[in-house]
Amino acid sequence: MVVQKSVSQTMMALNGDEAVAWAVKQSNVDVVAAYPITPQTIIVERISEFVHNGEVDMEFIRVESEHSALSASWGAALAGARAFTATAANGLALMWEILYITASTRTPVVMAVVNRALSAPINIHNDHSDSMGARDSGWIQIYSEDAQEAYDNTIMAFRIAEEAMLPVMITLDGFTISHTLQNVSVLPDEVVSNFVGIRKIPRIKLPHIYGEKEIPLMLNPKYPISFGPLDLFDYYFEHKVQQNEAMKASVPIIEKVHREFAEISGRSYEPVHMIPYKTEDADVVLLGLSSTMSVVRKVVDELRSEGKRVGAIRLRVFRPFPADMIRKELSKISTVGILDRSLSFGAEGGPVFMEVRSALYSSSSKPTVYDYVYGLGGRDLPPKLIKKAFNELLEAREEPEKPVIKYLGVRE
Amino acid sequence: MVAKAVWRPDIKELARIEGQKRPVESGHRLCAGCGAGIIIRQIAMAARKPLVWINATGCVEVATTIFPYTSWNIPWAHNAFENAAAVGSGVEAARKKLARVNRFDVDPDVELDYDVIVLGGDGGTYDIGLQAISGAFERRHKIMYVLYDNEAYMNTGIQRSGGTPFGARTTTTPVGKVIKGKPLFKKPIMDIMVAHGIPYAATVSPAYWNDALVKFRKGFEAEGPAFIHAFSTCPLGWGSAPEDTVKIMKLAVETCVFPLYEVVDGEYRLTGPSVSIAKNPDRKKPVEEYLKLQGRFRHMFKPENKWMIEKFQEWVDRQWETLLKRAGY
Repeated sequence: MVVQKSVSQTMMALNGDEAVAWAVKQSNVDVVAAYPITPQTIIVERISEFVHNGEVDMEFIRVESEHSALSASWGAALAGARAFTATAANGLALMWEILYITASTRTPVVMAVVNRALSAPINIHNDHSDSMGARDSGWIQIYSEDAQEAYDNTIMAFRIAEEAMLPVMITLDGFTISHTLQNVSVLPDEVVSNFVGIRKIPRIKLPHIYGEKEIPLMLNPKYPISFGPLDLFDYYFEHKVQQNEAMKASVPIIEKVHREFAEISGRSYEPVHMIPYKTEDADVVLLGLSSTMSVVRKVVDELRSEGKRVGAIRLRVFRPFPADMIRKELSKISTVGILDRSLSFGAEGGPVFMEVRSALYSSSSKPTVYDYVYGLGGRDLPPKLIKKAFNELLEAREEPEKPVIKYLGVRE
Repeated sequence: MVAKAVWRPDIKELARIEGQKRPVESGHRLCAGCGAGIIIRQIAMAARKPLVWINATGCVEVATTIFPYTSWNIPWAHNAFENAAAVGSGVEAARKKLARVNRFDVDPDVELDYDVIVLGGDGGTYDIGLQAISGAFERRHKIMYVLYDNEAYMNTGIQRSGGTPFGARTTTTPVGKVIKGKPLFKKPIMDIMVAHGIPYAATVSPAYWNDALVKFRKGFEAEGPAFIHAFSTCPLGWGSAPEDTVKIMKLAVETCVFPLYEVVDGEYRLTGPSVSIAKNPDRKKPVEEYLKLQGRFRHMFKPENKWMIEKFQEWVDRQWETLLKRAGY
C-alpha cells in the first residue's frame, strides 16, 4: 500500500471487525441482515451498537441463520436497498445455495467474510477454506491484508458491486486481523458518504413490455418485473455465459474504484489485483493471500540482506482471477512457491496453486510451481518456516524436485 | 392488532375488482383444477395496496414463469425453496427504510407504498421453510405468509411432506404390501404459527370465497405478520377429477378435515360453515365423503383397510374437539 497525503483522517485503534463495522456505518447502507458467528461477531455487535445508539439509520435484521441472512439481503437489494451481510466458515457454507443465486441474479450484495476454517473438526481459527470453497459461486473476491485494508475494501466493495452488478465478498483473516487492534485511518463520514453515494438503481429497457421507457431494476409496483423465473435449456446456458462476461467486465470497474478511492484516502493498492514486492530481479517468489504476506515481506527483507534474491506477491483480487497479470509478473521468475491456506481434497494442490499454475500453462516461460499448504485451522506460520520455503525454492531452482505439494508446519 | 373495519365484498364488488387486480394472466401452466390459481386471484382481489409478491420454489413458481415469459402482472421474485419468508423480511425491511427517508419521492417511476405477500407450498412451509418463517414471525415483519397446502411435494412428483395427511398415497408413501400410504398425521402447522403470537392467523378454503377474501384482507391489514393456511386441491396428486376441486374444498370443511377459523391476537373464532357445524354437530359429515373422491385414499376403502378410515375419523374428531374448546364451544 502506498500512502499519499489526502483529507484529514482520524486515527482509531480498531480491530479488523470493527474496521469493517465502521466502513458499513459510513457507507449509506440501508439494510444489514446478519447472524453471529465467531470470529465475525464483533462486526454485528458494533453495527448493533451504532443502530441502538441512533448513530446510523439502517434496518438491521437479526436473522435466525446465515441462509436467511443472505436471503434477506437479496430481498432488500431487490427492493432497492444497499444491503450488507457478514459471516465466516460454516455460516458461509450454510449460505452456499444463496451465494450462487445472489450472483446469478446480478444482485449487488456486499459481504464481509472473516476467514475461518470449515468444520469438521470444528475450529474457530483462521484459514481460507470457507471463501475458497465459494470461489466458483460468482462473487467478486477481494482479500484484505490488515484492518486498514478491510476498512478500505468494504467501502470500495459497495461501489464495485453496484457498478458491476455483482455481489462482492471482502475477506479478512479470522482473529489474526479480526480481533487484533491496529491503528486504522478512518475517513470523515461525509467523505465516505460522498464516495459511495446513495444506492443508485440501474435502469433497464424491457421493450416488449414497457417500450422505450427505461425502468428501475427493482421490485416496484409501478413497473413490475419478475425476478428469478424458471430458466431451462433454452436460455440458461446463455445466461451463464453472460454472467461470466459480467465477471470479466468488472475488472476495469474494480481498478477505477481503487483509483478513485486512492484520491480520497491517499491509500493506493496499485496494481490492485495483486501487489508484487521486490520481484523485479527475484530468482524465486512466494505468492499468497492476506495477513500472512506481511510476514512474508519481512522475511524477504531478511533474506535480501543475506544476498538472496527473493520476492513476494500478494494476491488481492482472487475473483475475477488476474491471470494475465500473473503471467506477466511471473514471466521472468523461474521458480514460484504458492502459499495455500486451504486444500482442495483430491486435487493436485490448493486452489491458489491450481489457478496460478493453470494461468502459467499458456505462458512462454513456464516457471516451476510448488504448493505450500500452511496454516490450516489457524496453525501459525512463523518466519523460520517461510525462510525454509524460500530456501527450498532456491535449491529447487538448481535442481527441480518432487513432490510439488508440501505442507508447512504440519507434524509428520 | 387487527384493524376493526372489516371489508366485506359482495359479488358485484368482486366482479368489478376481479378484472383490475388479476395478478397472473391466462397462459400459465397450472393444471386444470389446481387450487393454487384460485388462491392467487383471491389474494390479489383482497389487496388493499399494490403488492410485492415473493414466491417459494414450487408449482406456482414453475407454472407461472419460464424465461423469457412470465404470467405475473405484479412485482414478483423467486429465490429458493426454504427462504421465501427471509426474502420477504428483507423486502419489508428495505421498504420501511426507503419509505422512512423518502428515498424515491423525487422519482415518479417508483412506488414504495405496497404490501409484501409471501407464498409457499406445504413443502416450503411445513418442512424446509419452517425456520425462515419462524424467524420472520419472531421479528415481527409486516408480511403476509400464505401457505397453499396441496399436501405433498407436487412439483417434484407427489412425494410426502409434513403436510401430507394420514393414509395418503404418495410416491414416497406408496400403498405397499406392508405399509399402506403415509402412516403419520399432518403437522399442526396452524398451532405452530399461532404459537408465535402473531396478530393474525386463519384457515381458508377457496370454495368459500367471501370468507377467504375477508381473511386475506385482514391478513394485509394486520399490524404485524399474518399467516394464512389455504387449502389447495391438487387433482394430479390427489387422483381427483379437476371438476371436483371446489367440491372437495367444500367437503374438507363440511367433514371438519379442514375447519375454517381465524386467530386474532390469540383469540380463536370459527368462521363460515364451521360455525354452523359447531352449533349443529349433526351437520358434520363423515370423512368418507371427503376421502372417496380422491384416488390417494382409495386403498382405505378396501375391507381390510377400513381401520384406516376409522383412524382418520378419530384424528379429525380429536382435532375438531380441540378447536371447539379453543373457540369457546
